[in-house]
Amino acid sequence: MISIKDLSKVFSPNGKNSIQAVNGLSLDINKGEIFGVIGYSGAGKSTFIRLLNRLEDPTDGQVIIDGENITALRKNELRLARQEIGMIFQHFNLLWSRTVRDNIAFPLEIAGVPKQKRMERVDELIGLVGLTGREDAYPSELSGGQKQRVGIARALANNPKVLLCDEATSALDPETTNSILQLLVDINEKLGLTIILITHEMHVIRKICHRVAVMEAGMVVEQGDVLEVFLHPKTEVTKKFVEQIMGDTEQEDALHLLANQFTTGKVVRLHFVGEVTNQALISKLSKQFDVEVNILHGKITQTQKGAYGSLFVHMDGKKDEISNVIRYITSTSVEVEEIDHA
Amino acid sequence: MLSELFPNVKLDEVWTATYETFYMTLIAILGTFILGILLGLLLYLTSRGGLWQNKFVHLLVATFVNVFRAIPFIILILLLFPFTKFLIGTIRGPNAALPALIIGAAPFYGRLVEIGLREVDKGVVEAAKAMGAKTSTIIFKVLLPESMPALVSGITVTAIALIGYTAIAGVIGAGGLGDFAYFYGFQRRSFDVVFICTVLIVIIVFIFQFIGDTISNKLDKR
Repeated sequence: MISIKDLSKVFSPNGKNSIQAVNGLSLDINKGEIFGVIGYSGAGKSTFIRLLNRLEDPTDGQVIIDGENITALRKNELRLARQEIGMIFQHFNLLWSRTVRDNIAFPLEIAGVPKQKRMERVDELIGLVGLTGREDAYPSELSGGQKQRVGIARALANNPKVLLCDEATSALDPETTNSILQLLVDINEKLGLTIILITHEMHVIRKICHRVAVMEAGMVVEQGDVLEVFLHPKTEVTKKFVEQIMGDTEQEDALHLLANQFTTGKVVRLHFVGEVTNQALISKLSKQFDVEVNILHGKITQTQKGAYGSLFVHMDGKKDEISNVIRYITSTSVEVEEIDHA
Repeated sequence: MLSELFPNVKLDEVWTATYETFYMTLIAILGTFILGILLGLLLYLTSRGGLWQNKFVHLLVATFVNVFRAIPFIILILLLFPFTKFLIGTIRGPNAALPALIIGAAPFYGRLVEIGLREVDKGVVEAAKAMGAKTSTIIFKVLLPESMPALVSGITVTAIALIGYTAIAGVIGAGGLGDFAYFYGFQRRSFDVVFICTVLIVIIVFIFQFIGDTISNKLDKR
């Protein structure tokens, strides 16, 4: 659906000190998926998303959306192509001088939709984003979450092929963030819309993304299914982002100490990697095997593709039985790791 | 009682002079508004990072604006005599004052327009671009509406300067309250006439200020 090849952007504000914001970036994004790009500020993710609809012109490389080479378009062709690429922003960027209805109607005016049709479409969109009753309010009368809903409705007005989200929830409080993310998921499912979002918050990725790319210094350092990245983060940056959600490794060091206190049995770490079927694992173990299972510490979190997380448990019982248990767990999709006594 | 306090004031003459001041001010405001927005847009759009970024045009417009802002108004009137004569056919009366009024005030207003446009949220312009808007759409549907309160309060400030200018133009025979105060008041030693003219001009200034503030507040939905 979207194919990005060797995309680069160099800023040279005064001709001398050039800054390489995006550096030979290649990505493929599938139709209908929610693709997240995460990175710290300065990683180049904001520039990257602006290159996709050429709010910034790339220095090098190609962006192909639905077979159309965006980077090769001339000015007028680009304008028309942009009408099929929706975009929402961190600071909403609504026109304060227009009401909710007129803000949403703006892209339709630009596309030359006749007034009657425009109004019908606007009403439809207002219903879709849940702003019924606020049509005639001005942006200054809305809360942050409502403003972003207007932004989303506006971005969807011309039935775009793809929706670009530039830190769309970074200016919102956690509760509002959740409702906006839920709206994005609904839209993605209802309309089959491809969504690309950039963020510095891992929980946004966790909640709604199918795949994720981690950016650092203008490059993608890691990418893959969200679960896979959560489970086996390879680079330092990714590990840090995963810690945002899962807590840090210091706690786990403490667990190694705790493990030492048990003289019998075994302490193991169970990795849950996204299958709903194994969520009753603990109760199954204690029913089917003759062991005591004691949960020491753990964190399970829900992603788009199921639960992910780890539990530290202490199992006590006969040695053979514990080996059986471990063999059984290995046969499921849950990964098991024995924590050695130091 | 009025005729005792102001023995030299003839109401119908004062009335004509007031009408002329209003006439000059209103037409000049209209001209200044249009020319000033044109200049302001040019300054804004051709500046660095602007939609029509162009060093040469920017320098040209900025020089024009700076030069005409630098010339004292009384001298500008004299300088424009040939131009006025060519355009209006005469150098006397309210109409003859208009070219100098507009050319004197538009560069000043142009700068205020430029400042107003700079205040427009860059993100909103970016959003319009991302929707595929033409530059003309961005100008007429984003930049001008979003800066309208600043444009209105700017024209209010300019209008009050313009009322002052019409009085100066009066000294060289443009008509209006300035003319009346100078020739019928000052030169005939009828200071009651000067006084009445002053009061009327102050009232006119207040009226324009009030109208400007009201419109600006009404437009501002921020």
